[in-house]
Amino acid sequence: MESANSQKTHSGEWLKIGSVNDIPKLGARVVQTGEYDIAVFRTAADTIFALRDECPHKQGPLSQGIVQGDRVACPLHDWKINLESGNAVAPDVGCTATFPVKIENNTVFLSLQANEGCPNKQTT
Amino acid sequence: MKEKLVLVGNGMAGVRALEELLKLAPDTYEITVFGEEPHPNYNRIMLSPVLAGEKTIDDIILNDAQWYKDNNITLHKGKKVETIDRLNQKVITADGLAVEYDRLIIGTGSQPIVLPLPGADLTGVLSFRDIADVDQMLDVSKKGKHAVVIGGGLLGLEAANGLMKQGMQVTVIHLMDRLMERQLDEKAALMLKKNLEESGMQFLMGAQTEAIIGKDRVEKVKMKDGSEIYTDLVVMAVGIRPNIELAKKARLHCVRGLVVNDTMQTYDPKIYAVGECVEHRGLTYGLVAPLFEMAKVCANHLAKLGIGLYQGSITSTKLKVTGIDLFSAGDFLGNENTEELVYQDESLGVYRKLIIEKDIVKGAVMYGDTVDGTWYFDLLRDQTNITDFRKTILFGQAHLGDSGHGEQDQVARLSDTSEICGCNGVCKGDIVDAIVKQKLFTLDDVRAHTKASSSCGSCTGLVESLLALTVGGDYSVAPHLKPMCGCTKFTHDEVRTTIKKQALKSVRAVMDFLEWDTDDGCSKCRPGMNYYLLCAWPEDNTDDYQSRFINERAHANIQKDGTYSVIPRMWGGETTPRELKALAEIAEKYEVPTVHVTGGQRIDFLGLKKETLPLIWGDLSKAGFVSGHAYGKAVRTVKTCVGKDWCRFGTQFSTQMGIDLEKLAWGSWMPHKFKLAVSGCPRNCAEATIKDFGVVAVDSGWELHVGGNGGVKVRATDFLCSVKTSEEVKEYCAAFMQLYREQAHYLERTAPWIERVGLSFVKEKIVDDENERKQLQERFLLSQKYAQIDPWAERAKGMDAHEFAPIIKVG
Ligand code: SRM
Ligand SMILES: Cc1cc2nc3c(=O)[nH]c(=O)nc-3n(C[C@H](O)[C@H](O)[C@H](O)COP(=O)(O)OP(=O)(O)OC[C@H]3O[C@@H](n4cnc5c(N)ncnc54)[C@H](O)[C@@H]3O)c2cc1C
Ligand code: SF4
Ligand code: FES
Repeated sequence: MESANSQKTHSGEWLKIGSVNDIPKLGARVVQTGEYDIAVFRTAADTIFALRDECPHKQGPLSQGIVQGDRVACPLHDWKINLESGNAVAPDVGCTATFPVKIENNTVFLSLQANEGCPNKQTT
Repeated sequence: MKEKLVLVGNGMAGVRALEELLKLAPDTYEITVFGEEPHPNYNRIMLSPVLAGEKTIDDIILNDAQWYKDNNITLHKGKKVETIDRLNQKVITADGLAVEYDRLIIGTGSQPIVLPLPGADLTGVLSFRDIADVDQMLDVSKKGKHAVVIGGGLLGLEAANGLMKQGMQVTVIHLMDRLMERQLDEKAALMLKKNLEESGMQFLMGAQTEAIIGKDRVEKVKMKDGSEIYTDLVVMAVGIRPNIELAKKARLHCVRGLVVNDTMQTYDPKIYAVGECVEHRGLTYGLVAPLFEMAKVCANHLAKLGIGLYQGSITSTKLKVTGIDLFSAGDFLGNENTEELVYQDESLGVYRKLIIEKDIVKGAVMYGDTVDGTWYFDLLRDQTNITDFRKTILFGQAHLGDSGHGEQDQVARLSDTSEICGCNGVCKGDIVDAIVKQKLFTLDDVRAHTKASSSCGSCTGLVESLLALTVGGDYSVAPHLKPMCGCTKFTHDEVRTTIKKQALKSVRAVMDFLEWDTDDGCSKCRPGMNYYLLCAWPEDNTDDYQSRFINERAHANIQKDGTYSVIPRMWGGETTPRELKALAEIAEKYEVPTVHVTGGQRIDFLGLKKETLPLIWGDLSKAGFVSGHAYGKAVRTVKTCVGKDWCRFGTQFSTQMGIDLEKLAWGSWMPHKFKLAVSGCPRNCAEATIKDFGVVAVDSGWELHVGGNGGVKVRATDFLCSVKTSEEVKEYCAAFMQLYREQAHYLERTAPWIERVGLSFVKEKIVDDENERKQLQERFLLSQKYAQIDPWAERAKGMDAHEFAPIIKVG
């Protein structure tokens, strides 16, 4: 899976990943970091969210799920994960790390420094 | 600032509405609750087991003080609201406490009816409604020996049973000559009476009480016929009436109960009402299941989601007396337009009666063995046509060929460690625990909390039985026409008809036209709508890519580790050395981790990375392979045996027939997966009789079978008809597939579909009516023109490239 000597991007740095239109509406694309994948979602309202591409349940790839409102349904067992907080929607519990994103001139930038708050943000 | 929400009545319905509201919109309101009783919210249903000594008050507390604290709810226990000042929007208690509201919920329940008899106010004359009543009964039972219960209905009998369990001698006085006349017919009532008498209960039937006599406490009961019964206690359980005193005083419109509309609002739209105090479409309810439905709708409205309407409920009843099994639902007496189906076995003490009108179940009474109660109740709610299993319906659902778990269905007898949900590994104990601790009352709740029955759904019946068993009596009543999902109030059929009628051509258009309640629908309804659209408009439908499950977007099966599997077609299960060589080379080239021969007679490459898919498909295309659609709600495989080509018993060329059928059917999207098989003789080596469409060759031609499947609930096919020629097999097959495509609900496989609509319906369209059959076939062939395009070849050439490549790679 991992390339042997993947170079880490500096934390906090904004990484240009593509244009908003590269991500399908109500869909997601994957950013491969070598160590783990980040799923970048686009909602119906064109809001962009970035989450570690691992479901808190059994590590299902969230990028492959169906987006509805501000959540995604995991493709493996249909848990719903909130895109903004990374939290599983009750009654399921657990969370996945979220990453900062910004859009400038229709271009999406991502930071590889996970947001605080989710214990699942380890980068090992 | 938060809006203020006040609840009057700290009972089952009102607090349930709060719970539902907190789930939907936890921060919208500042909530205050008034309860006349000095207790937190408890499960009133369970007062019967408490009286019988089977449970304690602690066991039946639903929400303790901590819950109110955790949710920032101000609880005023032991405080009765006297006045609602609608002008100034506040409620005022007896002792002068006034609290303002923006919205108000009235959930004041009902009051037990007290017969206006002389002496009815004596000490020792009680009702059976709350903890205080039970405390007093328990108290008397310690000192006194004799009890009289007036009323032989559900409550009266549960009271009598409880008092007997506390060691008292109990006489039940009943005005009618039939016990529980609102739930039972004569036969069941007699069986019940006999059983209760055997346990020591005494009855005065058709008897009327004249007076209760005593100095300061009750001493005896005097009957109309002059006889007298000495007693230490009288429990009146003669009925309840909605508690609408407060509402009336506030000049809210009341008839029998406090009148509400379908969103649970009273005539003052700021004021909602739920529970037994309510009158909805002219009806009042006295069981929790409908009240919970009301609570859900009310909460939804309060959360300003505006989803869902309450449309009334059909209820069913069980009696919570240990050792007695009875069940009753719907119209159990019938009328001149109905028929009765009756099964009776005196010595086993089993009695079942179904009331049928035009082959639809209208009501049911069961005594002795009530395992199938939930099934009959479903048939009743869903208005299922029972023509095709009328003959066996009284023997229960296990008789319908649901082989796998017949024995297991006796859930009561299972141990706590027996697994109920095989998919998610959930045991009986886990489920019962969750039901009790998390206070679950509906199937959806259990699914959400335990995951049981949330995957393949084959254990749904078991989970429902467990719910019924654990909660006691009534747990959930779904409206009989179920909406597609929580995003809408429209049913599958309504959505389908609207798509046609309004010529809607996209998922968005359907959601807009039918005013979907959620912004984007959900993972349940969107794939369904997408399918209905492509079925309705084969020529000019645009597939909604994002409304497909990942498997159908990626044209491969997602595996547990996020890799994919690839299964090419192997027409009719036949292959050649050349094909096998090609497959072997491709598997080596891509270092496929596992090559497996599937249960569908073809070869599966497992463990491929998503990025590799278009590449491997390119090579497969070159070698002449197309997608096997093993991932789709689509035509899967056609299994065959070698038949007349080789087999000494073969009567027809079954392999060729299988290949022909697969060439006809491949590529078609379906409501659920669809499998076919062709066997060369009735020995049936291709297992054609557990397929959606099965063909069995016989000397004189072909037998056609429909509606079978393997899986957890094995169902053998129904015999459709025999035909002579291969052309006919194809014609019938195409027509059957199209009928299923046009009629079934999304994710309803042929077996449950046929059980819902009836085999007769299918025969009518396909066997009896040649014209209809030909038209169905034509429509199928038309849709195939647009469906038989190999998705793999297209993607190997670059279609949907974004699906298979990361947006960027870092590092
Ligand atoms: C691959 C295969 C097992 C194998 O290695 O042999 C298989 C694999 C899966 N089956 Fe199956 N079934 C396979 C043959 C069968 C058969 C045998 C057959 O087709 O004759 C059956 C019983 C016959 C039947 O369908 O009635 C079968 C009954 C099921 C069921 C139960 C269906 C039901 O209606 O009860 C499920 C669950 C479901 O579909 O909801 C299921 C679901 C699945 C899923 C799709 C589970 C999932 O959602 O991931 C598995 C996908 C694995 C994958 O990624 O490839 N599979 N499955 C077989 C593929 C056949 C093929 O060539 O396409
Ligand atoms: C012994 C028993 C057994 C039962 N068994 C079953 C069964 O097996 N299955 C089933 O489905 N149902 C059963 N029921 C019926 C079920 O309990 C009721 O349908 C349900 O509790 C009604 O809920 P509610 O919220 O409408 O009323 P309640 O639960 O009665 O709540 C109303 C509350 O409001 C309070 N209140 C009233 N007026 C005021 C006021 N002015 N100010 C403040 N507070 C006020 C009352 O004190 C009460 O606590 C049983 C009932 C009893 C008594
Ligand atoms: S392949 Fe079928 S039987 Fe095997 S584990 Fe998966 S779903 Fe179950
Ligand atoms: S891995 Fe996501 S729901 Fe199971």
